[in-house]
Amino acid sequence: MKVDPTLPDRLARTGGFNASACINCGSCTALCPLGMGPFPRQLFRYVLLGAREEVVRHTEEIYSCLLCKMCEDNCPAGVHIAENVRTLRTFLGREELGLATSEV
Amino acid sequence: MSPIPIRDTLGMLEDNLERRKSVLPVPRRRALGWTKGLDLPRGGERVLYTGQMFQIVPAINAMTDRLAKMEGSWMANYFGLARRLNRWVNLAGVMARGDPQEAREYSGFLRNIVSLLRRSGVEFGYLYEDDLYAGALAHDEGLDDALRAHAEVVFRNLRSHGVKEVITVDPHTTEMLREIYPKVLKGYDLKVRTYLEVLVERRPAPVQQLGTMVTVHDSCIYARREGVIEQPRELLRRGGVEIREVERSGRATQCCGGPIEMLFPERSSELATQRVGQLSQVSKQVVTLCPLCLANLRRVAPEDVKITDVSTYLAKAYCPSSPASPAADVSGAGTRAPADHGTPVEA
Ligand code: SF4
Ligand code: SF4
Repeated sequence: MKVDPTLPDRLARTGGFNASACINCGSCTALCPLGMGPFPRQLFRYVLLGAREEVVRHTEEIYSCLLCKMCEDNCPAGVHIAENVRTLRTFLGREELGLATSEV
Repeated sequence: MSPIPIRDTLGMLEDNLERRKSVLPVPRRRALGWTKGLDLPRGGERVLYTGQMFQIVPAINAMTDRLAKMEGSWMANYFGLARRLNRWVNLAGVMARGDPQEAREYSGFLRNIVSLLRRSGVEFGYLYEDDLYAGALAHDEGLDDALRAHAEVVFRNLRSHGVKEVITVDPHTTEMLREIYPKVLKGYDLKVRTYLEVLVERRPAPVQQLGTMVTVHDSCIYARREGVIEQPRELLRRGGVEIREVERSGRATQCCGGPIEMLFPERSSELATQRVGQLSQVSKQVVTLCPLCLANLRRVAPEDVKITDVSTYLAKAYCPSSPASPAADVSGAGTRAPADHGTPVEA
């Protein structure tokens, strides 16, 4: 697994991103109406590990999230789950999908 | 990867926001047709701001139907080309021509809201062509550059009309104007309230008790982010509507699936079907608070489940209607309920 050690810091710089607060309890996964395996919890692990390719491999899950905050409302660690997912979209949009107003 | 290409779909939305100031531009007639005969004053310190959500949704419906047919088909391969074409031709707009009857019904909801506010003695203006989409989809999809640029345009417009206070009609526009704009714009200082919050404060007297029973589908945004849970219930109850709560209601509400209908229509339908199942076990009359929830739930609802916007009930309970133009038709609030083409209620 290739590691991009700057990934967590770059995302954290956007302000709202706080995956490092996650205590990996699994409440979010249990409550998510999408029932996508270990999503979103595992995604935060990948980011913290700097496993960029793993994050990119989960593009579809990242864009599937409803941002409904069912998980976030019940997260014991105050993780901004929806904002974290949204920040990952911004990251994927810019660095993987070539989406940016200035790009086109 | 999803058979509907994420990159090209989002690219198209982004281009539209930049060039046409809406993710899904609707013709002027459709965006403003609902104001006909209402004599809404232009501008002013307090304005009603629709953010075009009720006007865009019928178009989104049409687009989603087409995307659902496209998912997994050879047509999806042409998205890249479509995106490039869209820069010159308003392809999203062309693809999305909505059902006119549905569009009329959604206009009726806005007219109901105007009647309710007038009935409660609230004075307000309207921005007409400057009542722009607030950019919720761009925000949700993480298109932050596009969003910031667009939010600046929206705010500049509001300021140029001297607006200080905004009354919103849907959760998405409310969240954008109340939570997100203050984070992305400098000097943003508008007071933002939903019409439901305004009405609850004004305590209008009902003209009749509806004597019916419903269940409420809460919007995720209203319930978990904006604190709008009790207001619609209080208004419904005062109008003689009994509310039977579904287990997942209020802060624990379950999403209708609407937010992913553009990119994952099949997934979105599954979620909507699940939600309609939960709601219809409690009541066959379902009240929604958001045009996107309404559209997404209705798309999969069986004939006998009647889903409609809360304004339909409220207008019927609180606004005197002339015989020729009922303010709302609750009894017939079916999957394609008759629209309100009513004249403004003399408040
Ligand atoms: S609920 Fe919160 S703390 Fe628990 S796994 Fe999910 S994000 Fe981490
Ligand atoms: S915000 Fe996303 S991850 Fe959390 S419950 Fe909703 S769909 Fe699942």
